[in-house]
Amino acid sequence: MAAKRYLDAIHDALHEEMARDGRIVVLGEDVGRKGGVFGVTEGLYEAYGEARVLDTPLAESCIIGVALGMSVNGLIPVPEIQFADFIHPAFDQILSEVARLRYRSNNDYGCPMTIRVPYGGGVHGALYHSQSIEAFYAHIPGLKIVAPATPEDAKGLLRAAIRDPDPVIYLEHKKLYRSVRGDVPDGDAATPIGPALVRRPGRDLSIFAYGLMLHEALAAADALSKEGVEAEVVDLRTIKPLDAETILASVERTNRALIVHEDNRFGGFGAEIAALIAEEGFRFLDAPPTRLGGPDVPAVPFSPPLEHWFMIDAERIAEAARKVVAY
Amino acid sequence: MATEIRMPQLGESVHEGTLGKWLKQTGDTVAKYEPLVEVITDKVNVEMPSPYAGVLEQIVVQEGQTVTAGTVIATIRESGASARAAASAGTATASPPPVSPPRTASPARPATPPPPASRPFGPSQPAGAAAAQQPNAAATRGGDSLRLTPLVRRLAEEHGLGHDELERIPGTGTGGRITRDDVQRYLENRSPAATGRSPAPPSAPAPAVSAQPAGAPGDELRPLSALRKTIAERMARSKREIPHAYGVIEVDVTRLVRHRDTHKTVWRTREGVNITLTAFAVRAVSRALRDVPVVNSTFTAEGVLYRHAINIGIGVALPDGLIVPVIKDADQKSVAGLARDLEALSVRARAGKLSLEDVSAGTFTITNPGAFGSVFSMPVINYPQAAILATDAVARRPVVVGDGIAIRDIMHLGLAFDHRAFDGAVAMQFLNHIKQQLEGFAPVGDSPEF
Repeated sequence: MAAKRYLDAIHDALHEEMARDGRIVVLGEDVGRKGGVFGVTEGLYEAYGEARVLDTPLAESCIIGVALGMSVNGLIPVPEIQFADFIHPAFDQILSEVARLRYRSNNDYGCPMTIRVPYGGGVHGALYHSQSIEAFYAHIPGLKIVAPATPEDAKGLLRAAIRDPDPVIYLEHKKLYRSVRGDVPDGDAATPIGPALVRRPGRDLSIFAYGLMLHEALAAADALSKEGVEAEVVDLRTIKPLDAETILASVERTNRALIVHEDNRFGGFGAEIAALIAEEGFRFLDAPPTRLGGPDVPAVPFSPPLEHWFMIDAERIAEAARKVVAY
Repeated sequence: MATEIRMPQLGESVHEGTLGKWLKQTGDTVAKYEPLVEVITDKVNVEMPSPYAGVLEQIVVQEGQTVTAGTVIATIRESGASARAAASAGTATASPPPVSPPRTASPARPATPPPPASRPFGPSQPAGAAAAQQPNAAATRGGDSLRLTPLVRRLAEEHGLGHDELERIPGTGTGGRITRDDVQRYLENRSPAATGRSPAPPSAPAPAVSAQPAGAPGDELRPLSALRKTIAERMARSKREIPHAYGVIEVDVTRLVRHRDTHKTVWRTREGVNITLTAFAVRAVSRALRDVPVVNSTFTAEGVLYRHAINIGIGVALPDGLIVPVIKDADQKSVAGLARDLEALSVRARAGKLSLEDVSAGTFTITNPGAFGSVFSMPVINYPQAAILATDAVARRPVVVGDGIAIRDIMHLGLAFDHRAFDGAVAMQFLNHIKQQLEGFAPVGDSPEF
């Protein structure tokens, strides 16, 4: 067991999986010689050569289209979208082809593709390097989406995603790359896609979060605990398929739910969780399921005060939690 | 347009309160959440924060008056456009009398006493029977009455809480909404008598002083403080409803006192607290309550309600009265832990900082008249509990030991108990249990634990 950074955990998973299975191919902008703009793919080009680590043009529809071709021809592609903000040109490939291939071919073809997508704000990335995109893709049947918050899950979920026979969008939060360290078990352990995890038990409300927001939620829970409010914090880990069982069991224990994401609130993924709780956990509720999301403005601003205003932090989560508990 | 400020519902089973000192006077500017008035309930005193910002326009209920929750106690002119309008209309007919009530100890006498708005049988009350039956609990929730969350609805169903009963649960949620915790607290304290139909309202307490005695020259009538009034009512109720019986036992605490005298300085350093004899007594009592559970009960018409939790109230003397903070789950705490609780509660009690939580849910009470030198006490039961224990002063006495006479540290323990719930044999079994623990005090090394 070694303490690793989030970024190292992703790198290690790629490295070890490529060593394990010669069909795995990494492709994307600057992933080869440069080793990725964040250094995640460093050393892969040297280790596995240009046939398995491909630098691509700045054209996301092409990256995903090429990866799709690879996967129907027996390879296991792991394309990287350099920033989630740039994934939109590939939307059509992902929606119309990647996600539907198994369905359209009546199970003759699968698409074992893992799309790595660095996302999220709080890194002074401004409009084009800060977005969260999970809500768009969560709407698409045929895709799986994971969003690990810890190094252990970063490695475990990437392994599971690469080994999954169907397409997985792997969301890695840029702010976590170098800010979070944690133990990562040695060996071949994978974190199963699907199950959420109660990171902290509590009795007064459940806070549902993923990615960077998990850490803010845990900090908020610490602050709340000093006031006598015990928040249960649930790390979703997988956005789709959503672990309804864990979510509902938590609400049954605490009777109150606060859903947190940094993506803007309207039509955000939190709405799905809130709806699930309202529909299936109604009789457990002592307060309305409440969402806390980013403001509905076009994008994360560059100005530090404005970026701070946009980003959800522990203080805001605690504030929202107090309101839910006081309802 | 003036906004009405209503008497808040201050907690479980607290349906009325007495106004203490108004901290703001007519015409004063009040910020939101700024303490407005002291409210004294039969459990605790609190400062009520102003729910609005503005100018205090009229004090409707004067200091010393008792009103039910929901009664309008004052009006406030909220800041904003209307406040400016009010300020400019200095001589408008609707403006309040400019004279502030005197801030003296004697209650201010308003020219026209406000009507007793929510006395059920007040003269201004309409004759309608339904209106007279129950104080309007709905008013306490500002019209948002009984808008229940799905969970509360389900809990009510599961526990057979009727509409009547739900209306009586004080809500601590926003706007007085009943929360999960409110229901759970209510269920914990609900006596079987309260199930089903709503019980008859408690009989009106007999006036503490039945007739005004004729005053002789030089006599002085001092009005009751709110706390005094509460104590008077509760003591009278206990003696009126509970047939008290007594048992007293003599305990030789020589060994305990010596051990404590030897080690108390070390304990203070190590545990950070002065471990008093009371802490040892609470420890012994909590164990005895576990072994003789009927002492930890409440008598009801349906049966004796055995309390599961052992929550021991401790009488704390205040300059103008007495308050009983509660050590929760005392049977699960060590002597050092109990000492810490005792110290924290008495500090809060003397500072007037006890919360409702601190004084709620007691199942048994210990009073310590020994602190003031009493050697033989017969306390009044803390209604509706089944018993109360008095710990008397430790006195050095000559006692017969074998065939000789020795000087020993002797303390009396006096138990007053509800003779409806159990009898003298049980009372003495309980007292002997405590006696055996204290006399057989055998700690390990220099520990206070036994």
